[in-house]
Amino acid sequence: MAEPNHVAEPVSDPATPDAPRRPSAAAQMKPPSRTGDRVFLGFSSTVSVLMAVLVLVIFVFLVKAAIPALTDNDSNFFTTRTWSTDSSPLNFGIAALVWTTAISAIIALLIAVPLAIGVALFITQMAPKRLAGPVAFVVDLLAAVPSIIFGLWGSIVLGHFGFLNGVRSVLIAVLGWIPIFKETPSWSDVGGTIFLASIVLAIMILPIITATSRDVMEQTPRDQVEASLALGATRWEVIRMAVLPHSRSGIISGSMLGLGRALGETLAVTLILQQVSQMQLKRLFNPSIFTGGDTFASKIARDFPEALNDPKSLGALVASGLSLFVITFFVNAAARTIAERGVKR
Amino acid sequence: MTSTSTTSPAADAVEHELDLTRPSGSRTARNGCASAFMVFATLLAVIPLVWVLWSAISKGIGSLLSASWWTSAMDSADQAKWGALHAIVGTIEIGVITSVISIPIALLTAIYLVEYARGKKIARVISFAVDVLTGVPSIVAALFIFALVVTTLGGHQSAWAASLALVILMVPTVLRSTEEMLKLVPDSLREASFALGIPKWKTIVSVVLPTSISGIITGIVLGLARVMGETAPLIVLLQFNQYFTVNPNTPTFATLPTIISNAYTQGSADTPTVWGAALTLIILVMGLNIIAKAISRRYLRRMGK
Repeated sequence: MAEPNHVAEPVSDPATPDAPRRPSAAAQMKPPSRTGDRVFLGFSSTVSVLMAVLVLVIFVFLVKAAIPALTDNDSNFFTTRTWSTDSSPLNFGIAALVWTTAISAIIALLIAVPLAIGVALFITQMAPKRLAGPVAFVVDLLAAVPSIIFGLWGSIVLGHFGFLNGVRSVLIAVLGWIPIFKETPSWSDVGGTIFLASIVLAIMILPIITATSRDVMEQTPRDQVEASLALGATRWEVIRMAVLPHSRSGIISGSMLGLGRALGETLAVTLILQQVSQMQLKRLFNPSIFTGGDTFASKIARDFPEALNDPKSLGALVASGLSLFVITFFVNAAARTIAERGVKR
Repeated sequence: MTSTSTTSPAADAVEHELDLTRPSGSRTARNGCASAFMVFATLLAVIPLVWVLWSAISKGIGSLLSASWWTSAMDSADQAKWGALHAIVGTIEIGVITSVISIPIALLTAIYLVEYARGKKIARVISFAVDVLTGVPSIVAALFIFALVVTTLGGHQSAWAASLALVILMVPTVLRSTEEMLKLVPDSLREASFALGIPKWKTIVSVVLPTSISGIITGIVLGLARVMGETAPLIVLLQFNQYFTVNPNTPTFATLPTIISNAYTQGSADTPTVWGAALTLIILVMGLNIIAKAISRRYLRRMGK
């Protein structure tokens, strides 16, 4: 396992530390004892490889637990909105879950991204150094608040905040003709709606997007900023012509990370959203955000205690968890690809 | 841009009275709007934090100030005498178990990636896997552990199982920050150690790790703070308990987050006990964050930044 060139790899020629590594005199010298090295390398490489294997293991176990329920499912898994796993031919599908998960995460993103860019610009371009540090720390602290606290606060405090009901009325009056903003009978305020969940999700993903954007904005080439200033550009023009083009890929990949987090967020959404009855789900598809619903994660968290002793119901929940895993995988992979392309450029 | 302005007559008229010493009115206005938006966004971002803290403090401080909060469990018939000792101990216990398992795994993998496999193909594969793990939703990690421990191995719900699910969430965060810290250690230190004939593993243990130790600890504390507030694995892998227990092998085990989620399923969320649990959890998690910040500040100063 331990090849000889492993041992001295970081040793480069001391005179030119940054030159490409070539076998120097030090590389050919053997350390006195190799047993310790072999044990250490063997141990750490085994653990690392196991970490990589874990991803596959997670996938395999989820598939294995989901298969019995999926084969017993009488309805189409992808197009059915209702969820009934009580009696033996099961009838469940993820259509409603996909919609609620996607629309809540996308609206959260639409709210959070402009704000996060604003905060990141404030910290990196505008605020004096003495103010920038504390502001960055406070925004980071926002990320430290556990999600269940946001759920509690969102459903009890923010849900009864009159201003949001005003926003809701305005949106319904102005954009009510779009199905997404349609008023739904028996949902007379924001309490328990997807709209409220989206706002809380936006608060929760704001710090991630801010942190990623801040990192790339700080690396804007100094000479470009100074060149624009020398040409008489205002601060906004510097931002528009030098800072934003440079940091675009960083902002996008940060947003994708935020999206991944919003899709998988469990407790905040579970505590805020109120369920829609199976009857209503069966009757018609309501795309409005001014109604309740369930995301993948909240469905699992809510139904799990009842499904605990019933392998079929449990399998159905695992199947929806598997779908969530696959979706977040692709979102995160996209974030990573975009970030890497940005670094290369 | 100048070529377009000279061709249009309207712009010509403007150019006569153009004062080149300062930006034109519309540019100043646009700059002002952008600056105002930045300040507005920052204020809007700070409000939720203050508001959440204020809600938790104003509604939960009453519970925390009574002595029984810190000395008793929720086993009394009188709700006013309820405490959260069992949940505080439970949360800390799960945090400790998770850390004890996660830290060696994260450190060894980070060491392997930085010291042994840097630039190799295997490092990219492992790095990719860690990225995937970073994005795994907590509820999916919990379902996986349930499928592994309960469905496949025939075990039962327990604090051990919950800790295992949290390990999946904690390892990637600690690993990533440790990796960054190890990369910051200058190669000259490693070379000096090699030049003295010291084996590589000893160089790592006694030169590389001590140099970056405070940065690593910062990452560990932040990772711990993150998993202590996680609730989804606790819902899936534990059942709530009103009584005091420290045995991590029982299926009924109390933690601070599950006080809140349990009250929710019973339909009584807006109570002093729930907000007390929320405030205690915030103090615990924020305390860890502030400790991490203090450690990293001292570290950065020592590194001369």
